[in-house]
Amino acid sequence: MDKAAIEIPQDYLDGLKHAAATEDGDLSSFVLKAMLDNYEAAKEDRRAMCGDTGVPRWFVKMGNEARVEGGMVALEAALRRATANATNGVPLRPNRVHPLWRTDHDNNVGIGAPEIEYGFEPEGEWIDLITVHKGGLFGTDYRMLFPSDGMEGIKRFYLDTLMAFGKRGLACQPAIIGIGLGGSKDICMCLGKRASILRTVGSRNSDSRIAEMEDEFKELGNSIGMGAMGFVGKNMVIDCNIEVGYCHTGGMPMSVHAFCLSSRRAVARIHADGRVEHRTDPDWFTDYQRRETVEWEPQREAAE
Amino acid sequence: MTGPREVRLSTTPTDEAIANLRLGDVVYLDGLMYTAREGVYMRALEDKANIPMELPSQSAANFHCSPAARINPDGSFDMGAVTATASFRFAKWLPEWMAKTGAKLIVGKGGMSSKDYKEYFVPNGAVYLSTVGYGTGALLGRGVENVEAVHWNEELGLAQAMWVIKCNRMGPFIVASDMNGDCLFERENAKIAENVARVYEGTKPAVLKRYGESDDRTDEVI
Repeated sequence: MDKAAIEIPQDYLDGLKHAAATEDGDLSSFVLKAMLDNYEAAKEDRRAMCGDTGVPRWFVKMGNEARVEGGMVALEAALRRATANATNGVPLRPNRVHPLWRTDHDNNVGIGAPEIEYGFEPEGEWIDLITVHKGGLFGTDYRMLFPSDGMEGIKRFYLDTLMAFGKRGLACQPAIIGIGLGGSKDICMCLGKRASILRTVGSRNSDSRIAEMEDEFKELGNSIGMGAMGFVGKNMVIDCNIEVGYCHTGGMPMSVHAFCLSSRRAVARIHADGRVEHRTDPDWFTDYQRRETVEWEPQREAAE
Repeated sequence: MTGPREVRLSTTPTDEAIANLRLGDVVYLDGLMYTAREGVYMRALEDKANIPMELPSQSAANFHCSPAARINPDGSFDMGAVTATASFRFAKWLPEWMAKTGAKLIVGKGGMSSKDYKEYFVPNGAVYLSTVGYGTGALLGRGVENVEAVHWNEELGLAQAMWVIKCNRMGPFIVASDMNGDCLFERENAKIAENVARVYEGTKPAVLKRYGESDDRTDEVI
């Protein structure tokens, strides 16, 4: 969690450096340079890169042979404890409060917080603990579109979301934009959020037609003429990631999410022998996670 | 390309120093600054609690901020990263707050509307400074020389408490309003709006409308 809060992931940093090199809006350019200085300062001082340290949450992915000592309840207790400890340790901002009574335990733990979500892989004795501290009051939206809206409607809603939250830089762009298409309303939001936070800059969807959309939408977002903080510029989207899920035949739900200038994510893989490996690519969306068939038959899929 | 002009400014600035600021200037602050957002505003203005500082003589700089910080068991403070939260939500309290505290520098994220600036910023001799990024939490954290006090922590919690910090060349901030009541973000929005029709070519409005929906792309959501 310390790593997520302090160190900008390399893929995002490379994307932002590229943006800074190409930016010609003078204010936007100043902002991007200040952000690059800020990442250096955070690393040097070991302090959080942004004062709003987001809302910490966990994605747990387990290889099918992994077993947790004490069971899943012990794992969840450990993740809640880690969240409270990191809040006090880094320190993180105690962002989590009760929605009505505004009660703050000063540790980012409370009812339903931190969220813990699960994924699996067919093989392996490891557990990946993925922590993401997404910021976030602005930049995210959902809309129920229909098949008759088509690509033109998808582009319209995408641009609308960037415009609405890009002004004044509310979305803290340039960002990794995640788009969720399909599922039901709640799942559509999860897909888009995961597309923004659990995929890296430069990754592409395994469906080549969706991968082309990702390139096209990145370009489209950067052609608005809006840059960092909503100033005139040409870097709004560091990358655009799209994830899909099967939905109701009558609908085409869509969500858009912005993973901000402080894209906080970190992964620790815990092996059966106790070794821990750190990385920043969650590697969440694998062939297994995107599977379409009733049974999982990796050999057959690989041969196709 | 020449960068923006840099200015060092006291958190108890003179009227001349404020009048001298231009939209887009980059500012570094020296002196005491306090955080106040909805929690502090409600407690001071609605619950009429006594503000535990001498304002504006000690500080005329109100930061819309909750720091990533902790209070140690021995009562000392550690402040890591510092960034602002979006200010438009506080417009409801600001006129009364300025009148009561003499705040001249409102420091936050995203600014307010030119209507706000003209109605109560300019008459109070105040300008808006925006954080950069957002956000340069670590750079701003370096500009905190000392945490002088934390007020109302028990009543409001760490995130909403009134943190009093001593700034030493704390920045960067960007001047987002001036003594004409002009708004940097609205100026930029207007430039961007010229291009929007072209970007929207090849798109169409959604089949199912939302209640109250507008198709005017010069609108803002704040």
